[in-house]
Amino acid sequence: MFFLLAFHVVPVIIGGRYAFTDWNGLTDAQSVGTDNFRDLFKDPITERSLWNTLKFAGIFFVAVNIIGLALALALNRTLKTRNVLRALFFAPVVISPLAVGFLWRYIVDAEGGLNELLGTLGLESWQQAWNGDPTWAMWTVIVALVWQYSGLTMVLYLAGLQGISDELIEAATVDGAGPMRRFRRIVLPLLAPAITVAATITLIFGLRLFDQILAVTGGGPANATETLATQVYTQTFVNGRFGYGAALALVLTLLIAVLSLLQMVILRAREKAM
Amino acid sequence: MFRYTYRSFGRELVVLLGAACFALPLYLLIVMAFKDTPQSIADPLGLPSPFEASNLKSAWETGGLTGLDQALVTSLVITIGSVLCLIVIGSLCAYAIARRPSRLGTALYMLFLVGIILPLQLAVLPLFVAFRNLELTSTYPGMILLYTGLMMPFTVFIYTGFIRALPKEYEEAAQVDGAGLLRTYVRVVFPLLAPVTGTVAILAGLIIWNDFFVPLVFLSGSNKETLPLALYSFVGENTSAWNLIMAAVLLSIAPILTFYLFAQRQLIKGFAGGLRG
Repeated sequence: MFFLLAFHVVPVIIGGRYAFTDWNGLTDAQSVGTDNFRDLFKDPITERSLWNTLKFAGIFFVAVNIIGLALALALNRTLKTRNVLRALFFAPVVISPLAVGFLWRYIVDAEGGLNELLGTLGLESWQQAWNGDPTWAMWTVIVALVWQYSGLTMVLYLAGLQGISDELIEAATVDGAGPMRRFRRIVLPLLAPAITVAATITLIFGLRLFDQILAVTGGGPANATETLATQVYTQTFVNGRFGYGAALALVLTLLIAVLSLLQMVILRAREKAM
Repeated sequence: MFRYTYRSFGRELVVLLGAACFALPLYLLIVMAFKDTPQSIADPLGLPSPFEASNLKSAWETGGLTGLDQALVTSLVITIGSVLCLIVIGSLCAYAIARRPSRLGTALYMLFLVGIILPLQLAVLPLFVAFRNLELTSTYPGMILLYTGLMMPFTVFIYTGFIRALPKEYEEAAQVDGAGLLRTYVRVVFPLLAPVTGTVAILAGLIIWNDFFVPLVFLSGSNKETLPLALYSFVGENTSAWNLIMAAVLLSIAPILTFYLFAQRQLIKGFAGGLRG
């Protein structure tokens, strides 16, 4: 109880209050009303990072869930190498996101692994300065993220798939349902609880992204991959604008709260409908 | 024993091909870590020749401000200390919430739930200021206290769900036999919680072990760096020396990967079970 108050409720309230000051972390804070928020919405970087946050979270969310589900479906069959593969796909989940980020920074570097591989395959024309190009940079971070977390969604979906009895599938097959229909009418509805869990976790992960961005692109090039989370850090702890950083953090908090609530309502309704 | 048909063999082949692509980054990581500098530039994809173990040595000795060995100790102390505190305080807290039928119990439970959703970024600022004023930044007790507080909602959430499903009869029997509240808890309830304690230890341990944001804010520039933080500063000092960087990455993930190799089943189970709660 004490811990909750001391580490969550009180800091959030105090943090919320900082958002209305011009505090720089050292001198006394002066109240500046809503100036921070006005500056914030005037700054083009904020708008950019807001969009980037939503884009990152959205693309990551879709990709990691689809790939995780596909992996789970593939591994749910009788495969000889099933346990080894499950262990392999899950391995990146336990590694620190920062280390994964640095590994991928090398891979997508202009002189890095991916370009070298393309060169070896005779695809020199495909070579790019992947993380130096504003359009590609975002995708490099997303690929790293999907690589790291597909194993997590896979494990969640596998647990759900194992709860579906074979008899049910067989009965549907006897009744003449093809694979696509079996998947849509039986597997997907029965997976609803697993989908809820995986969706909730991946959405929150996606919105809070920080380590990987810092490691793979550092927010660049030219702010192309800045998100609210990286901006909070830069503004507060690098530039020393505590009040401004707190205002940004408040925006991020509200964004996460609204989106998770929205998602909870949608998923609940879906689970009931099925 | 299961036998291949043409179809299942083909299917397995496709999956294995996918797995090979998936493993490619790990292959690159390992071969790069053992290459000397000329080869790391001329031939990044091939096997290392000559085999250069000195990368690991220099990364180990110069990683971060204090060397990776010191960072390993720091990471271990902070993670183990926080997980122990979380288990002791979190399980007690959850026990009180779960066994209190009143509305207060429900209200407390909801409050803890809110604590899980709130993002760290907003709370970190005032915490940082408070810790700086109390001179708790870059100390072991400070970091353990911090993580215990930050991870508490999550711990209580998992424990409470489990305790609610636990039959009360054991506790009642112990109390009839004259055991006090605390004794009932220590001797009867806590042992029954063993599976969920394992889940909490695994999940909280991994999150704390791999965390980068909190150490970046609270430990930057101090002589206590966790592994991710030491890796971060090492990369900053050795930009583009990819063979050295990969050596440091490899070293920094080696402990957790070794652990994963041995406890792979329990870890995966812990994730699947704990997150479903």
